Amino acid sequence: MAINSDSNLNSKIPAGDMSEKWTNYKGSVPLVSPNNKRRIDIIIVGSGLAGASAAASLGELGYNVKVFTFHDSPRRAHSIAAQGGINAAKNYRNDGDSVYRLFYDTIKGGDYRAREGNVHRLAEVSTSIIDQCVAQGVPFAREYGGLLDNRSFGGTQVSRTFYARGQTGQQLLIGAYQALSRQISLGTVKLYNRHEMLDVVTVDGQCRGIIARNLLNGELERHSAHAVVLCTGGYGNVFYLSTNAMMCNVTAAWRAHRRGAYFANPCYTQIHPTCIPVSGEYQSKLTLMSESLRNDGRCWVPKNEADCGKHPNDIPEQDRDYYLERRYPAFGNLVPRDIASRAAKQVCDEGRGVGSTRLAVYLDFADAIKRDGQAAISARYGNLFEMYEKITGEDPNKQPMRIYPAVHYTMGGLWVDYELMTNIPGLYACGEANFSDHGANRLGASALMQGLADGYFVLPYTIGSYLSKEIRTGAISTDSPEFEAAEKSVRDNIQRLYAANGKQSVESFHRRLGKIMWDKCGMGRTAEGLTQAIAEIQALREEFWSDVFLPGTADEFNPELEKALRVADFIELGQLMCEDALHRNESCGGHFREEYQTEDGEADRDDENFMYVAAWEWKGENQKAELHKEALNYEVVKVQKRSYK
Amino acid sequence: MKLTLKIWRQGGKYKGEFVNYELPDVNPDMSFLEMLDVLNEQLISRREDPVSFEHDCREGICGTCSMVIDGRPHGPMKGTTTCQVHMRHYNDGETIVIEPFRAMAFPVVKDLVVDRSAFDRIIQSGGYVSVNTGQAQDANAIPIEKTIASEAFDAATCIGCGACVAACPNASAMLFTSAKVSHLALLPQGQVERKRRVLNMIAQMDKEGFGQCSNVKACEAECPKEISVSNIARLNREYISASLTADVK
Repeated sequence: MAINSDSNLNSKIPAGDMSEKWTNYKGSVPLVSPNNKRRIDIIIVGSGLAGASAAASLGELGYNVKVFTFHDSPRRAHSIAAQGGINAAKNYRNDGDSVYRLFYDTIKGGDYRAREGNVHRLAEVSTSIIDQCVAQGVPFAREYGGLLDNRSFGGTQVSRTFYARGQTGQQLLIGAYQALSRQISLGTVKLYNRHEMLDVVTVDGQCRGIIARNLLNGELERHSAHAVVLCTGGYGNVFYLSTNAMMCNVTAAWRAHRRGAYFANPCYTQIHPTCIPVSGEYQSKLTLMSESLRNDGRCWVPKNEADCGKHPNDIPEQDRDYYLERRYPAFGNLVPRDIASRAAKQVCDEGRGVGSTRLAVYLDFADAIKRDGQAAISARYGNLFEMYEKITGEDPNKQPMRIYPAVHYTMGGLWVDYELMTNIPGLYACGEANFSDHGANRLGASALMQGLADGYFVLPYTIGSYLSKEIRTGAISTDSPEFEAAEKSVRDNIQRLYAANGKQSVESFHRRLGKIMWDKCGMGRTAEGLTQAIAEIQALREEFWSDVFLPGTADEFNPELEKALRVADFIELGQLMCEDALHRNESCGGHFREEYQTEDGEADRDDENFMYVAAWEWKGENQKAELHKEALNYEVVKVQKRSYK
Repeated sequence: MKLTLKIWRQGGKYKGEFVNYELPDVNPDMSFLEMLDVLNEQLISRREDPVSFEHDCREGICGTCSMVIDGRPHGPMKGTTTCQVHMRHYNDGETIVIEPFRAMAFPVVKDLVVDRSAFDRIIQSGGYVSVNTGQAQDANAIPIEKTIASEAFDAATCIGCGACVAACPNASAMLFTSAKVSHLALLPQGQVERKRRVLNMIAQMDKEGFGQCSNVKACEAECPKEISVSNIARLNREYISASLTADVK
């Protein structure tokens, strides 16, 4: 193996057989006794699936927990928008599923760029998640016998996805939110809503707290803790247009990065194949149509460019190209997301796209309605069809949906070890905010699984390993020079934004950044385009800091200021994403470099040179980030070419 | 199309007043919130204070967006949040009146933004099943009849937006509270704490300053998730039954 891991990146994967690692780890990890837990403070930033579940579970264990969310309520986090479902290796269908198969599918789906140890643990705890959620009262779909129903999802050949109509994320988040609410009422967790974390504080190399801004009055607050857990989601909004909620941002993770936390695989971006296409310049966000639709919908475009302007119902069967079924007969319309997205882009690049912009493909339910009946299809997808009709004015029961890929999820994130700790001792990252489980591509219905796995069943164990050494620390003062300095740097940053006193709005910069990222660091990337993008982003950054205009003041409720701080961080992240994409001279999963493809247009992976995690270290503004490598060693799964043919 | 927006401004230099804004060029395919984005871009370019409003997912599920549009919470369309209203439903030359949700228990933060944390406190008072992480039995050990599960689901789809309160002449939170009480009372998992839950949640609801229900049913008409008022009937039954029989108050 040519790749050597940097000595400062210790993944701490336990020794032993893959299926024994987590069990052995749990059996030997140091514990914190109940009377000591009471003396330990933990800060959780974010209240989505990972944050709410972690806060509730740690509160139940007896730690003093503080939860920070910039929303008005912890129930608003973007986890709520997940539609399709949550995977678990329950094998309730008797269709041959197992922990190993979920583990294998996730490793393969991630294009052999995820850590085996983490992924196996994820598959192991997946079954407990479903148990926990049902016990909380999450109303999963059921069959007439009263037992749980499942459906299949992209990238798998079993039905292991549990779902709650098209609102699985909502129901799971409300379950976690209720568990969190219970701990708040019991006093183990204190909630800080409308508070945004703007810096982490390190003292002698250990993470000791955060600086948060009270969004109602602009006050900067210091909060200390023995450990800080970032559950702050992904950074898809760097593209401006994405399926992420408007307020999703990278600021917490990026501020941690600037304080020394490594940012891993930033270029791995998931472009979801089934979103409602862009309709105009004013567009503020994109709407996802659940991947579950591909269970019954068939993707097609006209065979002939000349037919692209016709009404879809006027194009006869023999003139349609069901391109996924043609290219990938084994998986058909259920190929993983990266493959489905790229295939859609390819047919549109060939000029066979449909709709007014010609940047869309059809997703057709006519056959499914004929086969299963209108009522069955409505029961499965009714709310999704309604949502589609509200936005586009077209009824998918009568004509095919038009869909196009859009940015949806980011596999990259803060580098963490097996214990979910970043390289800063005491600073953890869970859920989409870390990089650990999905490799270069995430399978559908696995984001909810990972968020809840981290929060309910992983972190509550692993955090004890670190906190057992903190029982003699005692209360941490916020009067130290380190807190002082961190608060000052946040204050200076805000003042610098106001000092620009320029002419352009924050939104206009964000939109320009998004266009650069989508055009040059989106579905297809080239060395030339990425090099240009880096130069353009550097110029944009200078222009931002010299010509941005912010209304209002820093000491009041001011959403424009919140946005400005986030966009400033997105600009820096955008550059790092391009640099990561440029350095990775291969195509894998969500990272497709056009120079590296096979003759039939599939991703051409280079395991010999790139089978590693790229963890980037911040070196200062206008300095190039330094690359650290963590080699990926596959002990169990045989690394092979990923094929869904 | 050309529209006039009459928007409630409160906070900063505004003590509380309607201000008129002209939008000369509104695209019918825009969403309502995208139209407000355009307005705010114009205000910012004139160095004026943009209109504060809350929004996040813009898919109708997070419950963050609010506002009363022409007298109706979440605007004119049935079963639809503000973020899912599109401008194709308006006509050229119209004037649209936009106000915050108004209720004593939802104090205005700024302009169209209100504080709905009272809802969180109602949930904290009992809107959960007390099951610690790791305590659960196998998920299929609790069979639930499909129709019951479906009814519980209908109640559980509440997004906590507060439109029910804004629609109610009494600013009552009965629909919100009853949705959570119903969701958990219908399921076997919710039985153990059933009585305690309803008593505590009603007590908290009253403490927050929400009004009483007088069967106007405006809440159901305006609820973007179309939560049924039959949940309120269930809440009343649950409350009376618990009041008469519960050991714990």
